Amino acid sequence: MQSIHSSPHIPPQNSVTRMMLAVLVALIPGILVYIYFFGWGVVVNIVLATLAAVGCEALMLRLRHRPIKPYLLDGSAVVTAVLFALALPTLAPWWLVIAGVAFAIVIAKHLYGGLGYNPFNPAMVGYATLLIAFPKEMTAWVPAGTHEISMIDNLRYTFLNALPDGMTYDSLTMATPLDTVKTELAQDRTMAEIPLRYSGLFGGVAGRGWEWVNFAFFLGGLVLIYMKVINWRIPLAVISGIFVIATAFAIPDPDLHPSPWFHLLGGAAMLGAFYIATDPVTAATTPRGQLIYGFGIGVLIYVIRTWGGYPDGVAFAVLIMNMAVPTLDYYTQPRVFGQEKK
Amino acid sequence: MKHRLWHFKGGLHLHGHKHMSMTQHAVPLTPPSRVVLPLQQHIGEPAEPIVEIGQRVLKGQMIAKASEYISVPVHASTSGTVIAIEERTVPHPSGLPATCIVIEADGKDEWTELHPVTDYQAMDPSALRNVIREAGIVGLGGAGFPTFIKLNPGPGNVIDTLILNGAECEPYITCDAMLMQEHPRRILDGLLVMKHALHARHCIIAVEDNKKAAHTMLVNALHEHESEFIEIVQIPTRYPTGGEKQLIKVLTGKEVPSNGLPINIGMVCHNVATAAAVWETIESGKPLISRYVTVTGEAVETPRNLEVLIGTPFRQLLEACGWQPEQTDEVLMGGPMMGFGMTSLQAPVIKTTNCLLARPKNQPHRHPAMPCIRCGQCTNVCPAKLLPQQLYWYARAKDFDKAQDFNLFDCIECGCCAYVCPSHIPLVQYYRFAKTEIWAMERDKQKADHARRRHEFHQYRLERKRQEDEERKRKKKELLKKTQGKQDTEEDAKKAAIEAAMARVKSKREQQEKKNVDNLTEQQQQAIHKVEQRRQRLREAETGNEEKS
Repeated sequence: MQSIHSSPHIPPQNSVTRMMLAVLVALIPGILVYIYFFGWGVVVNIVLATLAAVGCEALMLRLRHRPIKPYLLDGSAVVTAVLFALALPTLAPWWLVIAGVAFAIVIAKHLYGGLGYNPFNPAMVGYATLLIAFPKEMTAWVPAGTHEISMIDNLRYTFLNALPDGMTYDSLTMATPLDTVKTELAQDRTMAEIPLRYSGLFGGVAGRGWEWVNFAFFLGGLVLIYMKVINWRIPLAVISGIFVIATAFAIPDPDLHPSPWFHLLGGAAMLGAFYIATDPVTAATTPRGQLIYGFGIGVLIYVIRTWGGYPDGVAFAVLIMNMAVPTLDYYTQPRVFGQEKK
Repeated sequence: MKHRLWHFKGGLHLHGHKHMSMTQHAVPLTPPSRVVLPLQQHIGEPAEPIVEIGQRVLKGQMIAKASEYISVPVHASTSGTVIAIEERTVPHPSGLPATCIVIEADGKDEWTELHPVTDYQAMDPSALRNVIREAGIVGLGGAGFPTFIKLNPGPGNVIDTLILNGAECEPYITCDAMLMQEHPRRILDGLLVMKHALHARHCIIAVEDNKKAAHTMLVNALHEHESEFIEIVQIPTRYPTGGEKQLIKVLTGKEVPSNGLPINIGMVCHNVATAAAVWETIESGKPLISRYVTVTGEAVETPRNLEVLIGTPFRQLLEACGWQPEQTDEVLMGGPMMGFGMTSLQAPVIKTTNCLLARPKNQPHRHPAMPCIRCGQCTNVCPAKLLPQQLYWYARAKDFDKAQDFNLFDCIECGCCAYVCPSHIPLVQYYRFAKTEIWAMERDKQKADHARRRHEFHQYRLERKRQEDEERKRKKKELLKKTQGKQDTEEDAKKAAIEAAMARVKSKREQQEKKNVDNLTEQQQQAIHKVEQRRQRLREAETGNEEKS
């Protein structure tokens, strides 16, 4: 009989930690497929980014005089790190990973007030910063399944910038399928020609390997919806956004426009739809707002991929729609119980 | 016939824990040696004591009368002597004491003279309402609003549906379920009395589908009762379906307007226990002096329902059910979702005490609140379709205007949002804070308005007085002027004559004493002469005029 609390008196079942853990678990199938097609670089990036993120988070919490343990245990820094790592090229030098994570955690998260207060998705801010600052390192990928690079070789590249004999960075890497399609289309080639010119880069409907990675992230995302960690609105709206605009262009002119499937299963589409756009802190919160927010991201992904100067549009699409969130939330307030339908 | 049901958005499926206190019949608790009866056990104005210290009172005797319209009397729940009228601990979320009448029981439990109503159907509804008011009956579901007011349809209102709320959606609480199971007839009879008072077209008794036995007993009683306008409906178990607005939505598909009352859409909602209390008053003349209370929780050995005299200290109820104080974290009045923690177990059972819940110590650890991550889970479960998270921000920032824009006052404080919050933010506490602050501001504003009006009236009065005074002065002056008018003209004439004489003297002197005009040219002299001539003419003219007048 010592403590008096306000109702309700049943302790909450949910927690931020549980939600973040669920996100990490749901990422596992996608990560495994990613490793399968793209090699150990994925693991190196994830581990390096996570360590850096936890370090930055602890440092910032200390500087801001916040309790370190409960905030570190909330898992949000780890989720940011993993999502950021998954957006990076698999062959990435250590300083690239650490610079991006530090920017994400220190600038995009803590300088705005830490967990819950940042208006922009930290992982995407980190990614976008690197893309602008280091375009060469950020746009060259080792294509799926083309080279067997061992864990040791990968670590040697990451930390010592050394590659095995006979291999050069330029010979190992090339543009991503999304990037390639854009460049080739700009040179008046058709969608039928392009895969023939790049054997092994394309798979069934989208980039080789990429389509399976996206599919695995899609399955993990369904689990998150089932567990009610995220709701269906934002992912569905993102997918619809991409699908609607891609179909609108691909049906009349399939030679010059990749199919909607190519876009949905290419690049970071599914990662973006289920794990990045759904970041609760930076997404719209009203039901209608979430639909508009998601749809906007979907359309912008297509627009940036097709007419923009970057190989993928997820990061910028998310950041742009982040800006619209306060307005969306304001104008899409739901009808309160007992109020007249407008 | 199966009643069509609707659905309200939000809400939770909670573990009921209802079986714990439903295994045994309700038994009357031994009357205590002393009862403490707060003057305010209802929403509205507190009752006014009509007994004195040292006075002997009988069970059921009125000891405090209703003070204003929204008020009901309080009755002695046992016979004995009034030993104090003073501030005592009462069950209230604030933990503040309030004025109570304390009666030392004489152990005889001797009833006062009772006046049952023989034929309520012959009675005028307003007389019937008065009987119910005089019996001190208030809503027994928890809010404690005076029942007679909710039995008054008001001018121009037609009551289509009278709903008896037997949902009892909060976990652990079973006092209504037990009452429905044991006294279904009382509830049905009470319902008909209410129907008569309201001229309601038809009635629904709503029971959550986790109370099968209660439902069955009510249905059986209805068969014997042969009333065709009563319908007993099972509704899905979902918290907070027992909320008045949610219940109406589930039963009728209609939404009570925001800031409105059920009566605005032709409905009235009463608790099943209130109906039973109404019937007791009609049938036997007994006022409301006892009620069913659930005593439950993991820290009592034999959870059950007790029939308890109003005014019995909480401790006695707990001890009758094998309470284990050393294992108790806190004792709540009400359920785990909306109840509040007790600071003292000396507090008495009041008319709205439905449950005592002894929470055990070994509960999961309460995490400190983390920042809101805007996940929106609160929005998904809010049965009032609010944006709890936005309300939280505005309450926290003390931006109360914005909080009201986001319909703070549609919040029913059900606690669903706080229950699902992954950041463990005590959201309801923030809403209560904001509401209290707004009420305080309203009161201040009213006071200020009142003071301003008084000041303005004072100023107006001063101004009016000043104007009246001036008017009076002006009139007085006018009057004076009129009477003085004749004397004035005579005086003026005299004055003019004197002036004229003086002017003549002056001009003569000027002619005699030539000034520095001796060495002047001819032209100058001529000019002067002309002037002199003109002056002369003027003077002559003047004197001529004066002489004429």
